[in-house]
Amino acid sequence: MSRRHWDKATYYRGVRMVPYDLVKELVAALAITGVIVLVLSAVLSSPDVPSETIQSWARADAVDFVTTAAGELAGQSDSAQYGPPYNDGSGAVQSWGPLHPQEWGGVHQPVDPTQQFVVQPLRQAQVGDSELAASLAQYDGAADAQRADWLDRYTKALADAKEQDGKVVVSSGDYGPVPLMMDRLLGVARSGGLDGLLQASDKFYQTDYTRPLLFMADGGHLSGLADEQKLTGDQWGMMNETGRYPGQAWLWLYTLWYQVAPFNRDSGGFLGVDAANADLAVVVIMLILTLALVFVPFIPGLRDLPRWIPVHRLIWRRDRAAAEVPRR
Amino acid sequence: MDQPAPYVHWGFILISVPNLVLIGVMLLIFVLALVLPFPWHRSAEALPPVDDTPAPAAAEPLAAAAPARSWTGRLRGSVNRRLPLTELLPDRQPYYVGSWVYVFGVVSIAALVWVVVSGVILAFFGPQWWHVSREGRFMNSIHFWSVQMFFIFMVLHMWGQYWGAGWRHGRATTWMVGVVIFITGIVTAFTGYIAQQNFDAQWIAANAKDAINGTGIGAFFNPLNFGQMYGLHIVLLPLGVTLLVVLHVVQVRMRGVVRPIADEPAPDEATRP
Repeated sequence: MSRRHWDKATYYRGVRMVPYDLVKELVAALAITGVIVLVLSAVLSSPDVPSETIQSWARADAVDFVTTAAGELAGQSDSAQYGPPYNDGSGAVQSWGPLHPQEWGGVHQPVDPTQQFVVQPLRQAQVGDSELAASLAQYDGAADAQRADWLDRYTKALADAKEQDGKVVVSSGDYGPVPLMMDRLLGVARSGGLDGLLQASDKFYQTDYTRPLLFMADGGHLSGLADEQKLTGDQWGMMNETGRYPGQAWLWLYTLWYQVAPFNRDSGGFLGVDAANADLAVVVIMLILTLALVFVPFIPGLRDLPRWIPVHRLIWRRDRAAAEVPRR
Repeated sequence: MDQPAPYVHWGFILISVPNLVLIGVMLLIFVLALVLPFPWHRSAEALPPVDDTPAPAAAEPLAAAAPARSWTGRLRGSVNRRLPLTELLPDRQPYYVGSWVYVFGVVSIAALVWVVVSGVILAFFGPQWWHVSREGRFMNSIHFWSVQMFFIFMVLHMWGQYWGAGWRHGRATTWMVGVVIFITGIVTAFTGYIAQQNFDAQWIAANAKDAINGTGIGAFFNPLNFGQMYGLHIVLLPLGVTLLVVLHVVQVRMRGVVRPIADEPAPDEATRP
């Protein structure tokens, strides 16, 4: 590539200029693309699988909901242990060598799943429910070790839980007040009340769905539905779409990395990269590749490829003879 | 159409049939653009002879006749010198602008116009409208398919410009702005997918948060915050894409279409402006 600045008249000296109607071309393009888009819209419509709610989740898979809620109460869920930007945990914090951008970013959307997803909604639901009030009082009054003991036993029992008449039934055991608390939370969720409570703040208008989405993402219901639609990370999900529609096919390279080693390895990665920090490594790689694309005109080899592989002879194949016509 | 799509599984590659069809259509269009004759392109014999006579200068408007000492006058003079209308809207092009490959750019702009028009209507009626009315769903479909067309033809345009080395002879920044449009378009589409308010939006937000948080960007860009994503999608990002496209078109018009690789000017023909 030449860095020389060309005077336009000099640049086109000896080049024949022919009439070309740019405005007509744009109008024709508008008309043709408009017709194509209208036909595709009328015939194929567009994807719109309805959103899930905590209510629909609790009704569709009560055991998964209660298992997730028990994990939130125990502080063992992905969200509870996540780290920045939600809390001070470290469960989902990624770093690569000297790069610790997630820690550098800090906590900016504070989320306390134990309190916000479980305890606070139950406190609001205890009005007029003496059994729940007593259970909460028992839970509040218990030592941390006792709570952990109840939750540990209850969580293990949930592995064999069954749903009967809208309730989650586990084998008998010493779980303290936890089963009743979970039963009431399930009831609130099934009624649709928990959807509102998780969005609630001291403001009337709400547009932030961080809490309910984090709660739902901790469970297996949402990811199960995504798996059915081939939307998960290990299914090239970023470039897929619900239904029989094309998705974000332009993300093919971004999603490709997640399908190959070392980005899909749980351990034994390469150069400090494995599945645990794959997101950060992939973003860094894509950033470098994007910069390479931006600076193609300055990168030897990459900028010379069009000369070495002469596709340009097809683009301009009819014009070589025309270039040799003598000047006036 | 709302049933899960069939997928092709080949080794570690898993691709939906709709995506495969879309990519196949893209490749087919590119090959056809290379091999099909451009119907309005005239043969060498039919072309007029070369005319190097400089075009007569346009009559100076009255406003430009006076010395430009004010800031307004200086700005007007600068714009007149750099971007005269004859350069912005020329009615003549070099003889070699006669291939379907040259059409990809203008089709991308046409698709962007439909994206913006349908997006403005969707934004006017609010984010719930298209879920609850047939008219809204149809408008969303127009938005969806025009976005797909925008990306298809933008990528084809980039392929065409790459294989023609369109950055030559002082056009590197034109290429660079084009790539930035592509990247900004991807971010705009991403926020649009998150702002859909359906299952797809929920899953993309929940899944994407880890990559965004892992880079530290999640501290100020929260995909789970619908309000933030919707605002970015309908105001800031489309404004950015549109302004960048305007800049890109002005760059193309200012510098003109690059000469064919096999018909480059001799180095001694070059002069600095």
